[in-house]
Amino acid sequence: MTRGCLLLPFVEVTGLRKYFPVQRSFLENAVSRKHEFVRAVDDVEFTIEKGETFGLVGESGSGKTTTGRLLLRLIEPTSGKITIQEKDIVSAHPNELRDFRRQAQMIFQDPTAALSPRMTIGQAIKDALDIHQIGSSNTRKELVLQMLDRVGLVPAKLFYDKYPHQLSGGQRQRAVIGRAMILEPHLVVADEPVAMVDVSIRAQILNLLLSLKRDLGLTYVFITHDLATANYFCDRIAIMYLGKIVEVGLREEVFNSPKHPYAVALMSAIPVPDPQHKLQRTLPRGEIPSPINPPAGCRFHPRCPKAFDICSIKEPGMIKISQTHRVACHLFSVEEQKLLQPDA
Amino acid sequence: MVKPLLSIQNLSVEYASKRGQVKAVTDVSLVLDEGSTLGIVGESGSGKSTLGFAILNLIPLPGRIVAGRITFDHTDILKQNEDDMRRIRGGQISIIFQDPLTSLNPLLKIRDHFTELLRIHSPSTSKEDAISKAGQLLDNLAISPERLSDYPHQFSGGMRQRVMIGLALALNPRLVIADEPTTALDVIVEAQILELMKRLKDEYGLTVILITHNIGIVAEMADRIAVMYAGQIVEMGPTNDIFADPLHPYTKGLLESAPNILHPERSMRPIPGSPPDLITLPSGCKFHPRCSRVFEPCRIREPLPVECNRRLVACHLYD
Repeated sequence: MTRGCLLLPFVEVTGLRKYFPVQRSFLENAVSRKHEFVRAVDDVEFTIEKGETFGLVGESGSGKTTTGRLLLRLIEPTSGKITIQEKDIVSAHPNELRDFRRQAQMIFQDPTAALSPRMTIGQAIKDALDIHQIGSSNTRKELVLQMLDRVGLVPAKLFYDKYPHQLSGGQRQRAVIGRAMILEPHLVVADEPVAMVDVSIRAQILNLLLSLKRDLGLTYVFITHDLATANYFCDRIAIMYLGKIVEVGLREEVFNSPKHPYAVALMSAIPVPDPQHKLQRTLPRGEIPSPINPPAGCRFHPRCPKAFDICSIKEPGMIKISQTHRVACHLFSVEEQKLLQPDA
Repeated sequence: MVKPLLSIQNLSVEYASKRGQVKAVTDVSLVLDEGSTLGIVGESGSGKSTLGFAILNLIPLPGRIVAGRITFDHTDILKQNEDDMRRIRGGQISIIFQDPLTSLNPLLKIRDHFTELLRIHSPSTSKEDAISKAGQLLDNLAISPERLSDYPHQFSGGMRQRVMIGLALALNPRLVIADEPTTALDVIVEAQILELMKRLKDEYGLTVILITHNIGIVAEMADRIAVMYAGQIVEMGPTNDIFADPLHPYTKGLLESAPNILHPERSMRPIPGSPPDLITLPSGCKFHPRCSRVFEPCRIREPLPVECNRRLVACHLYD
């Protein structure tokens, strides 16, 4: 490692938590004082290097979207620290946030909901420039036309005056991408950007995101439940389960030799578009439990085929498999291994 | 020689809209052998779900079957009266929908879903018999029979879909149409349901039509595939053949545009453009504006399905 110790990673997240209070009826409030929380994100830690595509992968309820929103401070964390480009995001004053928001943009899952039905595509993208007062009013339109061209909405002049309902799903998502990119952000959080797009169009959108990343030197956080897409798109991947990262590593490490039993199960669950491929599935029992009262110890232990005594008692810490690959599972802890096989 | 259980001839379905007739399904013909699994693949708007509904004669207004013939085990489906059709639905042909939550009645206990179904179709069944039958079904779907007295909201997504599958199988149908049965589910639950469906298909000796946009799922489940585009079947044949050597440029595009977990290095090659408007369809071949191998006749004449090595393909390249 030649990097100076003073130089922080591009994004550094430590001890990040987000607990949402559970809505209760008036009566329940009167009867009991106990407050319950959905532990959507619970003590999450990761770093992202500049220029990297970092995948947050998990099933619904794993906390991946909440983590993405916390990263841009669209919601306030319960606790924890987020540093982006050496700037403390959690304690930043709202005025400072405006500048930060220009540098960090989000692409949402549903392009129809992300665009105002009353604004033309051109207006919607220009709005971002107006808010951040970039360029003069004459040059703004020119910038928008260039961006429309860049995201493949050509002829740009025609698309500038179209309303979202006149566009197909794929074109709308291109417009949403254009609006995020026009501010020349450094960091883009893309939350399931192709989940609502038709199958034959998905590759178009992913390839557009890849080429924009190359041209603009972007750093991506890519949130998805689709492992095959993550495998195509990401450099590094964190697998989340019930609000925690259970495994993180380079794409090839996580996909070629997954360590956490949950990661192994996820990999074996994916349908493979090859009828000759013989599936060897090791599926866990049941489904993700409620994040209100997550299981004690390792949160995966009630479903884990390899669970042993310690798993229900002690929460596993992150264990290093390689310089880049880490897993939160007692199976890989040296001390626990000794306890398991005292003669060895 | 296996006998065909279902045959569809020249089926067309249209929906009336303010802008004109939406041609959801156009001139679709297929034959389904007993005991086989046919995967119908296509994007949204390709007509795959409409085709599934048409087989049950359940096209909702303002939709209408405008032409064609559907024969299920020597019965002409489109000529049945409503009473006979009701006996066929559920009893002979049943359907599993994408979203189990909207398909179950939130005010009825799981038990009541089963007893209602069983007693409508055979009124002589006692309530106790119906409940015990429901219990056996749930048990086979890995749900404890005790949970029969729960309501749908107390079930997780995967369990609701298991209940839907149980309801679909309760009357021992011969054909099950599964319309995107796992699209609303997470990866692991999806795999659990797919494994369950494979087991049940063998146990019950079912014939299955599996409608999906996910080519990974058809690769795993189907013996034969029909690829639909803009309301038409553009290619149909054995799964292995289609994956090994797709003939129609759209099939090829669909296979190349999907990520393959085993081969992430293979770049996803997108199909340019987007699916057509079903009211103002392109002339000639419906796929020609997006096709990389388009030539003169494609713009003028509609390609007719031709047989080509055990396969049907509708493309001028194979005329």
